[in-house]
Amino acid sequence: MSTPTQTDPGLVARLGTVKWSNYVVYIGFVLVFVFFAVTQTQYFLNATNLTNIVIQAAPITIMAIGMVFVLSTGEIDLSIGSTVALSGLTAGVVLQATDQWWLAALCGLAIGAAVGLVNGIFITWVRLPSFLVTLATMGLVAGLARQLTDLQSVPVTDKAFVWIFGGGNLLGLPIMVWWTAAAVLVGWHLLRQRRYGAHVLAVGNSAAASRVSGIKVNRVRLMVFVGSAMTAALAGLLYAGRLQGARYTLGETDLMTVIAASIVGGTSLFGGKGTVIGALIGSLLMSMINNGLILSGLNVSQQMIVRGAIILIAVSFSLRGKKNS
Amino acid sequence: MPSETALPGQKASGAPTETPLRLVGIHKNFGGVVAIKTFDLDVQAGEIVALVGDNGAGKSTLIKIISGLYQPSDGEIWLDGRPANFRDASDARAKGVEVVYQDLALVVDQPVYMNMFLGRELTTGPFKILDRKRMATETQKLVDSLDVRIPSAKATLSDLSGGQRQGVAICRATHWASSLVLLDEPTAALGVAETAKVEELILKLKARGAAILIVSHNMDQVFRIADRVSVLRRGTQVGTRVLADTTHNELVAMITGLTS
Repeated sequence: MSTPTQTDPGLVARLGTVKWSNYVVYIGFVLVFVFFAVTQTQYFLNATNLTNIVIQAAPITIMAIGMVFVLSTGEIDLSIGSTVALSGLTAGVVLQATDQWWLAALCGLAIGAAVGLVNGIFITWVRLPSFLVTLATMGLVAGLARQLTDLQSVPVTDKAFVWIFGGGNLLGLPIMVWWTAAAVLVGWHLLRQRRYGAHVLAVGNSAAASRVSGIKVNRVRLMVFVGSAMTAALAGLLYAGRLQGARYTLGETDLMTVIAASIVGGTSLFGGKGTVIGALIGSLLMSMINNGLILSGLNVSQQMIVRGAIILIAVSFSLRGKKNS
Repeated sequence: MPSETALPGQKASGAPTETPLRLVGIHKNFGGVVAIKTFDLDVQAGEIVALVGDNGAGKSTLIKIISGLYQPSDGEIWLDGRPANFRDASDARAKGVEVVYQDLALVVDQPVYMNMFLGRELTTGPFKILDRKRMATETQKLVDSLDVRIPSAKATLSDLSGGQRQGVAICRATHWASSLVLLDEPTAALGVAETAKVEELILKLKARGAAILIVSHNMDQVFRIADRVSVLRRGTQVGTRVLADTTHNELVAMITGLTS
């Protein structure tokens, strides 16, 4: 135990090393916002476009919140992109067969829960690394999605479904904003206010310490994978509703964006640290960059290059900070 | 389980004092391999008993039996005058046995108060929301009462020194133990000054009436803080001595089996 008279590092130095890294995402968010607001004022800085950024980000935000829990336990879930497609297609097929929007939504979510359960069981009971398990299920689920409709797209025309999971408007706000808000609220509550969240972070910090403290480590791990897959399933429904159709390519490219949004937001890739609000800001930042690059007139390949570079820079900033603290 | 910051030895006065820990004829074998032949020991309230022996002597096995991680093959464990058969470690914890490990079973990215209540977090209201405020207040009260100097109960554990962290671990054990605290080489990872602080803290627990069983490799430490010492050699209990009546040389001879 050190004495309280220990020399204190200067306040400025402390701010420079410890605190700063936690706010990288907010600083980045403001910088990028200002940059586009100045360079693309006319198109970027208006209510329609700003709302559009949130709407575009909705599925990513929701999946990033699921990913925060997975990363916080020190695991990773690579299967979310495929789950998006399988859930969207399942909902589309059920909708075609029954015309019941709620049954379609339920089946989509159930498929997600099943994928998460399979992931969780192989990780906890068979004790395989999550990287390998979800790499395998990523391929397996993508195959199922292709098989389900034989690579065909499924149109989604049910009015209720499209309203709830797509273009609806509630109290003057697009339904996607409501979904985002609900996901952030639930995620934040679970991680920050419930014993479950404390256990998620504890397991990611030290599984051994958690075990001797009576935390049911495997149950916590299983639950984060079920949760993550269900956020992916919900994202699948939102894509199907917004695009008014489902296709096996849904969510194909989302994995990198989701992981980037979580990590840029301040969640540790090595477990023990996670923030839902950070994931929201990270996701909005990704969406804003996307939006701004399109408005700047960059073509798709150029967008990919710039986005990749930005992710690399942002992630190295936030991870370097983590190791110092 | 005590929910207040009740400490061992602060029970209702006048209650008949039962022996906090009594081990009778503990035997443990793993298949054909005998880990502990037979082991008997009483630990009284307000007493520190040290468990010494070479590597592989069976100290860790014994600690694991008392903390519920292993079940004894034969023999009885009595806690506070009642027979105790632990199904697992959680069961032992529920019955008031707390262990402090040398490798610090703490989560470093969480605040001190979350570590204090790890796995037993306090909640409030119908929605079972974490009661961070009450956990922080109770933690602060406890660290103050044991004079463990940390910046704050809300400080993140990774900002504390090794000694401060072990102080937190011992506070936690104190908080949750009903009468018995097991210390498994609590200072093995600490420097000289930090070891002194932790020893001071262990003596404070003793003054409060806790029964303490400590595994230590450090003979000087055993002589500094323990009242009695029990020696294990290759699974055999060589003997138990009152420290005032023994010498360094005698203990070393008991541990190694060599007579000088």
